[in-house]
Amino acid sequence: MTTSQQQSRPELRERIRGALESQRTDKERVPSITVLSSLLAVQDDLHYIPDEAIEETAIFCNATINDVWSVASFYTNFRFTPPGMTTVDVCWGPTCHLMGAQKVLDAVQDELGVDSEETSADGKITLRYSTCLGACAQAPVIARDHVLKGRANPDSARQYISDLQQELENGIAH
Amino acid sequence: MVSRTEAPVDTYAVAMSQQTQYALLRARARQRWDDLTEGDKPWVRVGFGASGQAAGAQAVFDALKPYGPEGTDQINLSMVGAHGLMYLEPLVDIIVPRANRVFHANVTPEMVPDIMSHYIDGRDQHPLHASAYAYSGHVDDYTSHLSDWDQLPPNQLQKKILTENFGNIDPHDIFQYIAQDGYSALNKAVLSMTPDEVLEEVKTSGLRGRGGAAFPTGLKWSFLAPSNALVKYVLCNCEEGDPGAFNDKGILESDPHRLIEGLILNGYATNSTHGVVFIRQGHDIPIEATRRAIDEAYQNGILGENILGSDFSFEMEVSLTGDSYVAGEETAMIEAIEGKRSTPRYKPPFPAQAGLFQKPTNINNVKTIAYVPSIVATSGDEFKKVGTESSSGTALVCLTGHIKRPGMYEVEMGVTIRQVLDDIGGGVADGSERIKVLQTGGPLGGVMGEEAFDTEIDFDAMAQSGAILGSGGIIVGDETTDVVDLIRNLVAFNQFESCGKCFPCRLGNTHMLDVLDRMCKNEAKPGDMQLLETVGNNMKIGSLCGHGQLGYNPISSAITYFGEEFEKRFNGEMEKSGPFGDGSMILPSRTRP
Ligand SMILES: Cc1cc2nc3c(=O)[nH]c(=O)nc-3n(C[C@H](O)[C@H](O)[C@H](O)COP(=O)(O)O)c2cc1C
Ligand code: SF4
Ligand code: FES
Repeated sequence: MTTSQQQSRPELRERIRGALESQRTDKERVPSITVLSSLLAVQDDLHYIPDEAIEETAIFCNATINDVWSVASFYTNFRFTPPGMTTVDVCWGPTCHLMGAQKVLDAVQDELGVDSEETSADGKITLRYSTCLGACAQAPVIARDHVLKGRANPDSARQYISDLQQELENGIAH
Repeated sequence: MVSRTEAPVDTYAVAMSQQTQYALLRARARQRWDDLTEGDKPWVRVGFGASGQAAGAQAVFDALKPYGPEGTDQINLSMVGAHGLMYLEPLVDIIVPRANRVFHANVTPEMVPDIMSHYIDGRDQHPLHASAYAYSGHVDDYTSHLSDWDQLPPNQLQKKILTENFGNIDPHDIFQYIAQDGYSALNKAVLSMTPDEVLEEVKTSGLRGRGGAAFPTGLKWSFLAPSNALVKYVLCNCEEGDPGAFNDKGILESDPHRLIEGLILNGYATNSTHGVVFIRQGHDIPIEATRRAIDEAYQNGILGENILGSDFSFEMEVSLTGDSYVAGEETAMIEAIEGKRSTPRYKPPFPAQAGLFQKPTNINNVKTIAYVPSIVATSGDEFKKVGTESSSGTALVCLTGHIKRPGMYEVEMGVTIRQVLDDIGGGVADGSERIKVLQTGGPLGGVMGEEAFDTEIDFDAMAQSGAILGSGGIIVGDETTDVVDLIRNLVAFNQFESCGKCFPCRLGNTHMLDVLDRMCKNEAKPGDMQLLETVGNNMKIGSLCGHGQLGYNPISSAITYFGEEFEKRFNGEMEKSGPFGDGSMILPSRTRP
């Protein structure tokens, strides 16, 4: 879901607190809760880390804003602007590289009308480059919201993106 | 009066005869297994895991669902882990009660009705001979015309210790693991062995760490064992950021209880109180499998207070990290579990003195720990019989790239790389002429050329060849592979993933990437080769952790094996590299602040 842009900010804070709290309440045994685990919980829910989440995480973890920012800016999975409805990952790891990932990446970018890790102009699909999706035996690999698809080539990748666009158009995604 | 010469009491046998907790679990597990394998319905298992998913196993599973318990209930249906023979995925493995076991390879959803009608309606004809294999356990009239699964070359050369349950049990069902004698080693240890005895077996086994540095595991544990601290941690490293390696996640998604049993044994042998399994976020299949397995272990008295009725108690949880390759370095991993930036710590103090939350801590790789149950179940001596003198046991290799049969294969240490490539992998992929280059040991490992293919898979022999075994990834490049372009890909990764804590690594990787980029575009400058060497050597001596210290490996190994090609690139005597004809490569532009 495109998240909070439309939401008023107090609601956003409420939702962030809910995500932080869920670390305690969803589980049979309470796991260790840290700044990192909290940021992961927020991003799982909102798909990005708004400024409010930095503040709420600092309060929740009894840490400083600086502490939280230093962690959020370090791990490359965190992002700070709302992504599109769906995220597509394309692997550029060495196996995929040898099996033609550069051309797959090029085809996907062309189909999305972007030339780096960006969101398509219609705001629907965000592209990310992945260092390895863990299914190298099926290289080249692409993924949509962590669901993997292997043995890609430029044509099948184009088809994959246009099918995805169609699906989002029809509103049956998520 | 008891005579003095009487044999010592076999406490293990006594415990078993007294209806121990484990014996009860075991009886339940046997029952469930028999229901699945000896009932009226075929048991249909679909190989899953990341690779299966990427090959399309979900659609096959969905096509099978209408026949399962939620539909007409004509079959038992399970999603199992990776089989290892990933070129055959999606792979459907069917146990026919009182008959044979048949594997259907490269199944598509469209093939499912045909396959199912064979098992459900009548067994007289078999429409899919070419892609079906029968398990040689017992051949019958229905399957005698099928190829023999065990005769498949990748099955012949494998030696299965870690992977013996892969594909054969549902990773989400603890009782299927127990039905294969799972947790019997733990039961034996906590009821009839002292922690020292367990540690001694691990030492005797000669087990060395599978996370990269090949450090003797028993010795590492003996640093932690003596401490009397009230809280002590044993951590399991499944960061597995090495591109081209997926065997750690493979264990978690195919047989997570083996890892959990190993980690509890690790805790028992070192008198530790807490275990943490550390996994990178985003890999949902292994994460979910591990979490569920830990929950199941708690529910059945295998984790928590008084494990299996003993006086040993142990807690375990999963800790996720954000995306950061260096988080796999052991002290950086500790920082990440504490919720901080995953940058390595200065040593000393070593983790065994002051690690996670300043408590004594041990860190091992997933594979290392997953060997422990079989060591304890048999003995250290037994384990040491497998493999070579200096590298006991097996290697779990991930074979990918331009190879006919990509997959995850477990081979005895001492097998040569050529055997793995030819006998298991089937040689170079269709459409290619020959294997030119291998990339092994992850992005800090190296490349090797054909003259090194007779190297034995053994930690020391591999290290001598200039490549390293590392995590077990072997990436195959055919004759069209542009070595400098491949090296640029590795160095780009290393540059992208440098944690930035020390400048030789942070800047050095950037300089090296710049030079390689120039070379690929035929724009190399006169001093560039010298620059690579200077920077590489500075990184080796001036970096805090292995990421910087080993960062020159890809280049130095490429110069060893492909010096001529390097030279030619440097001199601009080749076409610009890459698929776009201009030497460019699409790479992420983010850097760590
Ligand atoms: C940059 C870097 C990344 C590493 N990544 C991993 C990893 O992903 N998994 C792993 O088990 N070990 C990794 N290691 C090695 C660990 O520091 C450590 O040696 C290992 O987990 C110890 O386990 P072992 O004794 O069982 O091999 C990495 C080391 C470095 C320097
Ligand atoms: S060598 Fe590189 S990865 Fe390691 S601490 Fe230094 S900057 Fe970080
Ligand atoms: S290298 Fe692409 S999935 Fe591993």
